[in-house]
Amino acid sequence: MTHLLNIENLHVAIQGEEILKGLNLKIKAGEVHAIMGPNGAGKSTLASTLAGRESFEVLEGTVRYQDEDLLALDAHERAAKGIFLGFQYPTEIPGVSNLNFLRTALNAQRRQRGEAEMDGGTFMKLAREKAQNLGISIEMLKRFVNVGFSGGEKKRNEMMQMAVLNPTLAILDETDSGLDIDALKVVSDGINALRSADKAILLITHYQRLLDYVTPDHVHVLADGKIVRSGGPELAHELEEKGYQAVA
Amino acid sequence: MVATAETKTQIDELTGTYKHGWSSDIESDFAPKGLNEEVIRFISAKKDEPQWMLDWRLKAYAMWQKMEEPDWAMISHPPIDYQDIYFYAAPKQKDGPKSLDEVDPELLRTYEKLGIPLAEQEVLAGVEGAPRIAVDAVFDSVSVATTFRKELEKAGVIFLSISEALRTYPELVRKYLGSVVPQRDNYFATLNCAVFSDGTFVYIPKGVRCPMELSTYFRINAENTGQFERTLIIADEGSYVSYLEGCTAPMRDENQLHAAVVELVALDDAEIKYSTVQNWYPGDKNGKGGIYNFVTKRGACRGKRSKISWTQVETGSAITWKYPSCILEGDHSVGEFYSVAVTNNHQQADTGTKMIHIGNHTRSKIISKGISAGQSNNTYRGLVRVMGGAEDVRNFTQCDSLLLGDRCGAHTVPYIEVKNPTAQIEHEATTSKISDDQMFYCMARGLDAEEAVAMVVNGFAKDVMKELPMEFAVEAQKLLGISLEGSVG
Repeated sequence: MTHLLNIENLHVAIQGEEILKGLNLKIKAGEVHAIMGPNGAGKSTLASTLAGRESFEVLEGTVRYQDEDLLALDAHERAAKGIFLGFQYPTEIPGVSNLNFLRTALNAQRRQRGEAEMDGGTFMKLAREKAQNLGISIEMLKRFVNVGFSGGEKKRNEMMQMAVLNPTLAILDETDSGLDIDALKVVSDGINALRSADKAILLITHYQRLLDYVTPDHVHVLADGKIVRSGGPELAHELEEKGYQAVA
Repeated sequence: MVATAETKTQIDELTGTYKHGWSSDIESDFAPKGLNEEVIRFISAKKDEPQWMLDWRLKAYAMWQKMEEPDWAMISHPPIDYQDIYFYAAPKQKDGPKSLDEVDPELLRTYEKLGIPLAEQEVLAGVEGAPRIAVDAVFDSVSVATTFRKELEKAGVIFLSISEALRTYPELVRKYLGSVVPQRDNYFATLNCAVFSDGTFVYIPKGVRCPMELSTYFRINAENTGQFERTLIIADEGSYVSYLEGCTAPMRDENQLHAAVVELVALDDAEIKYSTVQNWYPGDKNGKGGIYNFVTKRGACRGKRSKISWTQVETGSAITWKYPSCILEGDHSVGEFYSVAVTNNHQQADTGTKMIHIGNHTRSKIISKGISAGQSNNTYRGLVRVMGGAEDVRNFTQCDSLLLGDRCGAHTVPYIEVKNPTAQIEHEATTSKISDDQMFYCMARGLDAEEAVAMVVNGFAKDVMKELPMEFAVEAQKLLGISLEGSVG
C-alpha cells in the first residue's frame, strides 16, 4: 500500500534560517502519528509547511500526498484536497461570523473539487450536529471567528472546523496546549471521531497528556529539525519519564 | 452574508476587465460643447422650465465664474477643461414613455448587462410578486422609466424626475431647492446649480411611511458628458423614507466629470435613510481614465426628533470628493454617517462627513471604514461642529483604515470644533493591515487569496455593511471583493 503522505529529506527555512534539516516521515491512511519534541525543534514549522504557508521556504526535499507533489500546490488547493491544519494559535477575523467563515470555506473547497455548493439549510443542519458533538453552542458559532475566544474555545473551534470540513489528513499543531481536562476530553473526542481507515492524523504535541486519550500508532521525536527516533505509543511514556534529552 | 462564493464567480467572469466597460449606442441629443449662458438657456428650454428656474441657474453661473476649484482635498488631477465638456445629453425620444413597453429596449438591455439585482430586473420587467422597489432610472440625464408611480401616489408620495417635479409641483421644488446646499456653497455645487440636467424629487407627506424602498440607478453613457444630477428629498412631519442610489458607468479613456448635488430635508419626527453604492468606472490599472466624482450631499434635520442617516459604499471613480453631511437644527435630532471607501490601483478618495450640531440634545454617529490597496490614496475628512447654543450634544466617531500592500496611503483628518462645554465628543481611529496570519488561516481552510481578502475586508466593513438595506447588501459585498481584485498575490 502506498503512503498517504511521504516526506523525504525536507529542508525548510524561515527568513533565511534553516529550521527543518532533512526530515523524513511516511504516513499511511488509517494511521495516527504523534510528533513530539522540545520547543524550537521545528514542529510548528513542519505543520505550516505541509499546509502551504508561503513565507516558509522549502530548500530541499519532496513531499508527496496522495501520490501528488504537495509542494506544487497553494494552501487553498491543499485544503480542497483534504489537508487540514489545526492551528496552535488560531487567528481572529473580526466582523466575520464563525458560521459564515465555515460555510464559505466548505463551499470554496467543494467548488475546487467540482462539487455542488452546500445550501444554507443543509449546512446549518451539519453545523448544528457537529457543534452538538463538541459541546459548542449556536451562540458561539454566531460570534466572530476567534474574536474574544478563550484558549479552550479557540481549540474547540478548530475541532469544529475540522469536523465540518472532514479532511483526509488532519495535522493538529499543539491542539492540546492550554486546555483544561474537560476541553482536552472534547478535543480528543473530536480527533477520535475523525479516525477511520481512509484518513490519517498527525498530532504535534509537546506533552504526552493528549496521547492518554488519543492512542497513536506511531510516535516520533523531532529534535533540531530532524526525526531522531520513532517508535510505538510506549515511546511517548518514555519521553515523559526521561525527558527529550535522554531519549533523543 | 455569504458573498465570498459569489465574489469568486464574479472575479472569474471579470478576468481583469471592468465588468461594466462597454457603451450602448443610444443616440444622444447634445447641447453644444462647453459652457456659457446659451448652453444654460438651452438646458432650461429643453426642460420647459419656468422663468424663475432659468434665472436661478443663470445666477449660479454668474457666481461660479468668479469661484475657484477647491484645492484642500488630498487629491490631484490635471486641470479640468470645462469648455471641452458636453453639459447636456439625453436619449432621443419623441414623447415621454407612458409605460415600460415604451422604454427604449436598448436601455432595458443596458440594465441587464449592468447586472442590476434580479429583484429589480423583475420589478422593471413587471414580474408579479417581485419585491417592491421603485426604480426611477436616470439614463444619462433624463429620467426615462418610472415604476410603481401609482402605488406611491396612493400613499401620497411624490417620486418624480426633478424636471417633471418642476412642472407639476413648482412651488414645492422652489421652496426647498437650494435650501440645504446654498447656490454659493462650493465650486462644484454651484456649477451643478447652473447646469443640472435631471435627477430625482421625492416628497413624503405628513405621517406617511413610504411603502417601498425608493431606488435610482445613475449612469453616465455619452462620450464627454458631464453628469450633473440633482436630488431633493423632503420628508414631512412624522414620515419615513429609505432611498437607494447605485451607479455604474461604462469604460472610456477620457476622464468624466460628475458633480451631483443631493439635498435632504427632514421635518419634525421624520426620518430619511439614504444609501449609496457607488461603482463608477475607477480608471484602469495604470490610472488612465475614470470618473471624477465631486459630489455635494447634505441633509437638514430641521424638525425636532428628526433623523438623517447616510450609508455609502464607495468603490468606484478615479477621484471621490464627497462629504455627506447633516445639519442638526431640530432639538433631539440625529445624524448618522456610515461609510466604506475602497481605493485600488491609482484611485483617490477624500471622503467623510460634516455633523453640524445646532439644536439641543442632538446626536451624531460616524463610522468610517477606509480600505486602500495598490498605489491608491484614501482619506477620511470629517468635521464635528458644536455651536455655542447647542446643549447636551453627543458625537461618536470611529475611523478605521485597512491597508493592503505597502504602496498605498490611508489618512485621517478629523476636525472637531466644540463651542459648548456640555458636549461629549468621542473619536476613535485605528489603522491596520491584513496580516499574513489572517491570509494563511483563510487559505488553509480553502479560500484562495482573493477570497481571503474579500472575507477579511467584508468583516472589517461589517459595521457599515449591516446598515445597508438587504437589496443592496449582497451586491455591495461582492463589490468589495471585485474592487480589490489584483491587490494581492
